[in-house]
Amino acid sequence: MAYNSMDLAAFKDVWVFCEQREGKLMPTDFELISEGRKLADELGVKLCGLLLGDNVEGLCKELAGYGADKIVLCESPLLKYYTTDAYAKVICDAIEELKPEVFLIGASTIGRDLGPRCAARLHTGLCADCTHLDVDVPKYLDFLRTSSTLDIDNMKFDMEDRNLKMTRPAFGGHLMATIICPRFRPAMATVRPGVMRRAEFDRAKADAVEIVRPEVKLTAEDVHTEVVEVVKAAKKIVDLVGADFIVSVGRGISKNVEQGIKLAEDLAEALGGVVGGSRAVIDNGWLSADHQVGQTGKTVHPKVYIALGISGAIQHKAGMQDSECIIAVNTNESAPIFEIADYGICGDLFKVTPMLTEAIKAQKAKKQ
Amino acid sequence: MKVIVCVKQVPDTSGKVAVNPDGTLNRASMQTITNPDDMNAVEAALKLKDETGCKVVVVSMGPPPAMGMLRELLAMGADEGVLISGREFGGSDTYATSQIIAAGINHLGIEKDDIVMCGRQAIDGDTAQVGPQIAEKLHLPQVTYAAKIEKEGDTVTVQRMLEDGYMTVKVQTPCLITCIKELNEPRYMSVGGVYESFKKPIAVFDFNTLKDDPLIDLTTIGLKGSPTNIFKSFTPPPKGVGQMLEGADKATCEGLAETLAAKHII
Amino acid sequence: MDFNLSQEHLMLRDLYRKFAENEVKPLAEEVDEEERFPMETVKKLARYGFMGIPFPTKYGGAGGDILAYAMAVEELSKCCATTGVIVSAHTSLCCAPIFENGTEEQKMKYLPALLSGEKIGAFGLTEPGAGTDAAGQQTTAVLEGDHYVLNGTKIFITNAGYASVYIIFAMTDKAAGTKGISAFIVEKDFPGFSVGKKEKKMGIRGSATCELIMENCIVPKENLLGKEGKGFAIAMKTLDGGRIGIASQALGIGEGAVEETIKYVQERKQFGKRLSQMQNTQFQLADMHTRMKAAQFLVYSAACKKQAYVEAEMAGKKGESYSADAAMAKLFAAEAASDVTRRAVQLYGGYGYTREYPVERMMRDAKITEIYEGTSEVQRMVIAANLGVK
Repeated sequence: MAYNSMDLAAFKDVWVFCEQREGKLMPTDFELISEGRKLADELGVKLCGLLLGDNVEGLCKELAGYGADKIVLCESPLLKYYTTDAYAKVICDAIEELKPEVFLIGASTIGRDLGPRCAARLHTGLCADCTHLDVDVPKYLDFLRTSSTLDIDNMKFDMEDRNLKMTRPAFGGHLMATIICPRFRPAMATVRPGVMRRAEFDRAKADAVEIVRPEVKLTAEDVHTEVVEVVKAAKKIVDLVGADFIVSVGRGISKNVEQGIKLAEDLAEALGGVVGGSRAVIDNGWLSADHQVGQTGKTVHPKVYIALGISGAIQHKAGMQDSECIIAVNTNESAPIFEIADYGICGDLFKVTPMLTEAIKAQKAKKQ
Repeated sequence: MKVIVCVKQVPDTSGKVAVNPDGTLNRASMQTITNPDDMNAVEAALKLKDETGCKVVVVSMGPPPAMGMLRELLAMGADEGVLISGREFGGSDTYATSQIIAAGINHLGIEKDDIVMCGRQAIDGDTAQVGPQIAEKLHLPQVTYAAKIEKEGDTVTVQRMLEDGYMTVKVQTPCLITCIKELNEPRYMSVGGVYESFKKPIAVFDFNTLKDDPLIDLTTIGLKGSPTNIFKSFTPPPKGVGQMLEGADKATCEGLAETLAAKHII
Repeated sequence: MDFNLSQEHLMLRDLYRKFAENEVKPLAEEVDEEERFPMETVKKLARYGFMGIPFPTKYGGAGGDILAYAMAVEELSKCCATTGVIVSAHTSLCCAPIFENGTEEQKMKYLPALLSGEKIGAFGLTEPGAGTDAAGQQTTAVLEGDHYVLNGTKIFITNAGYASVYIIFAMTDKAAGTKGISAFIVEKDFPGFSVGKKEKKMGIRGSATCELIMENCIVPKENLLGKEGKGFAIAMKTLDGGRIGIASQALGIGEGAVEETIKYVQERKQFGKRLSQMQNTQFQLADMHTRMKAAQFLVYSAACKKQAYVEAEMAGKKGESYSADAAMAKLFAAEAASDVTRRAVQLYGGYGYTREYPVERMMRDAKITEIYEGTSEVQRMVIAANLGVK
C-alpha cells in the first residue's frame, strides 16, 4: 500500500534512532531508549531501536538492556560513515515499511542533519531539541505545574489527547513551547543530549535482544556526498564567548597564583569548559588578555560561571551577569559577587575548588 | 554561477527578552537583526563572489519589514534580493516554511553550478530544520555545519563540524550548505554599498507568484497546514534569589554537584 | 523642515555604530595609554569606505553627503576621539581642499588613493608663530624653474608621519600679506620634507601630532593648489568644512560620555540606592543629554547647509555660505563636550578619575575640540562678523 503519513491508524510503535560513530554508540542513545521506553509504555506499544552501520550487530545487546523490545538493524558498507543520503534513504525506507508512530533522534550535529531531511521526505512534522516528552495529559500537567508560570487548574485540557507532546525552549531559552504533530505520522522529535535520564541497565533484557533486519536497498548511486576523512580535533583556543562552562579566577589566587590557576584548570576540565580571569588577573600578567571576562574584556553567558576569589566589582559583573548559573567562592561573605550568584560558598578557593572538582567528576561518572 | 542565500530576520534574543503576561514574546520590545548564522552564509557567498565573480541572491521569507534586512545585505555586496511574503504563508512551521522557500528558489531557477547557502539555525526557532528540508524539497545533496568551504570547478569541499572534530566531505554542485559561526567573520556594509543598495532590485514573491509551483502543497502551508502546531507556550518560572550554601567542606561541594546534576546543568 | 533621517542615513548610522562598537571601542583604551596610532583600524575604515565618504564615486569616494560624513565622525568619536579625528582631518583638511580647488589632473592623481584610504592625508597651516594668527606664515615658497623650494616648519599637524599627502601653506609673496600665501600638495617623499618631534598631549593621545620640517623641500610646479596668492582663502574655506568634522567629533565625545554614565549610574549603589535613583544624577543627565541633543541639531544642520552649498556650486549656481553655521556648531558642540565630560567624571566619583573607566579620557579628549581648527574665540569672531556686529 502506498505510504501515507496522514493515515494515523496505520502507525504503531516508538522508534529511537541509535547513532553510532566508528562502532561506538553515542551516550544519548541510552537516554533516548530509556525515555522511549516510558513513552511506549504510556502508549501501550513496543519500543524499537533503529541502528545503522557496517558490522555493528554487536551493539544491539546494549540497546536492548536499556529497554528496547527490538532492534531494527540495517547494515551496509555504505553506512559505515554518516552521509545524509545513505542514512535518510535507509531510514525512510524502513519507516515507510514498518510505520512507527513516534520516531526520536538524538540532537547531535548528525541527528540535526538527519532528522529534518527524513521528516521532509516522510511528509511529517519534526520538533527539534526537545527537553521534555509526554503522552499522558495528567503527567504533562504535572510537568507544567513545576516548570511554568501557567495557572493550570484554571485552564481546559483534552485529557484524552494521545499525541506526543514535545516541549522545547525557543527564543534563546526565554520561552518554552509544547509542540504536537496531530495530523501526520511518525511524530518526530530530536532530543537534546544529556537531558533525558538513563534507566538502569538490565542484563536479562540485553541477553534477550530481538533483532529485525529489513531489506537495505542502497547503492553507491544513492549517495551524493563523499566522506574523505574524519578528524578528531586538537585542543581549541580559548573561546570564552562560546563556552558553556567557565571557571574564572580573581585576586583571591594571589597567595599562590600558579596553584590557583591549576585548580581552576582542573575544574574547567572536569566541566568541559575554559578558564577565565578578572581584570586584576590579566593586569598582573597571571593570565593572557584573551582570558579576560568583564567590561573591558569579554562578555559571556555560559551555562555555568564559577567565580573563584573574585569580588564581583561592577566591571566584572557587566561581563558575566547573564550566565545561566553563577557559582561563587570567596572568603568574604559580603563580596558583591554573592548578590548575583545562584550558589555561594564562603570559603577558601584553594580548599573548596579541588573538592568541587572531585564532586563534579563523581556526578558525571554516574551519568556515564 | 549564482549563490542563493536563505536569510531570516529574527528578534535579537541575545539581549534582554520581554515576555507578555500571556506567555507570548513581546516582539515589539526587541530589535530585529539578521540571523547570525545566516550572516556567515552571506559572507561565504560574498567570498565566492570575490573569487569567481558569481551572482549572489539573498532570499527571505518574512513580513514586509524583512525588506530592510535584504537592503542591508545588498549594501554588504549581494546583487539581488527576493522577499517571499504573504498572509497565506504566516504561521508556517519548518516543514511549511521550507516548502515555500524551496518553491521560491525553484521560481528563481537553479543552474548546475549554483549553490544554496543557509545558516545552520535561527536564534528564535533554534531548530536547524529549514536548511535540510529545503534541500530535500529541491532534491539537492546537503552538507551541514560547514566550518570551511572550498570550491574547485563544480566540486565543493566542506569541513563539516562534529562535536569533537570534523568530517571532510566532498559534494558536487548544485548543492545546499548550512553554515556555522566558525566559518567566517561576516563583513560590514560599506558606505558606498549603502548608496548602491538602493539601485539593486528586490523582488517580492507573494502567494499568487508561488501558489501554482509544483513544490507547493496548499494543504501543508501556513498556520492551518503546518504539520506541527503549538499545543502550549509558557515561560519558565523566574530565577529565584541565590542561596549561600552551608559551610565550605566536602559535604557542601558534594551537595552542590548533586544539585547541578539533578538540574541537568552538568 | 523634515527632521527625519533618510533611509540611507539610518542604514549608515547602523553601520557606523556596529563598526565603532566592534572595531574601535575595544582599542580605545590602549590607543590612549600607549599613544598609539591605530593603523589597523585605518585599514578597516578604508575597506568599508569611511575614508572618502562625501566625495563622488568618480574619484573613488563613497558617493555620500556631508551629513553622512558628519555622522561617521560622530559615531567613531563616541568610542574613540582619536579615531574620529584621524578620519576628520584626512577627509576635511586634505581630501576636501584637493576636491574643491584642484585641477582635474591633481584630482585624478591624488584623490583615488586618498579616498580609498590607501593613503592618509594631512593639513599643514599652523606654525610656531602662527596659530590663531594664521596669516603670520613664515614658511616660504620660492619658484625656481619647474619647481618651488619650500622652507619652514609647521607644528601640531594631525596625522603627521602617517599621512603621505599634505596640504602645506607657504608665502610666495611676503609683501602681499594674506594675499601672498599659496597652497601646495606636498608628498611625504619629496626631498627636503621630514616629520619632526611628536607632541605629548593631554588627549587624543593616539593621534599623531607632530612638527613638519621643510628644508629646501622640492615641490613640483604642478603641485601648486589653486592659484598663487589664493592659499589663505583656500585655508579659510577648508577650515569652514573642517569645523563640521570637529564639531561632529565633539558631539560624539559628549554623547559617548552620556551613554557610559547612564550605564554606570544604573549599577553603582551608595546609601542602599542606585545612583540613578538620586535626583541630582537624574537632573545632571537630563542637562547633559539636552546639551548634546542641541549640539546634534547644530552639527547636522551645518552639515546639510554645506551639502546644499556643494550641490549649488556643482550646478554652477552661487551657494549660500555655511561658514557661520559651521562655526556655531563647533563652538557649541566643543563647549558642550567639555562641560558634559566634566560632569560625567563627577557623577562617576572616584572611579571616574581612574583610567579603568573611559570618562576621564573623554574629558581629556574633549578639551582640544575647543582649540584646534579654530579656537572657540575664532568661532565667536566668525559668528559675530556674520551677524554684522562690529
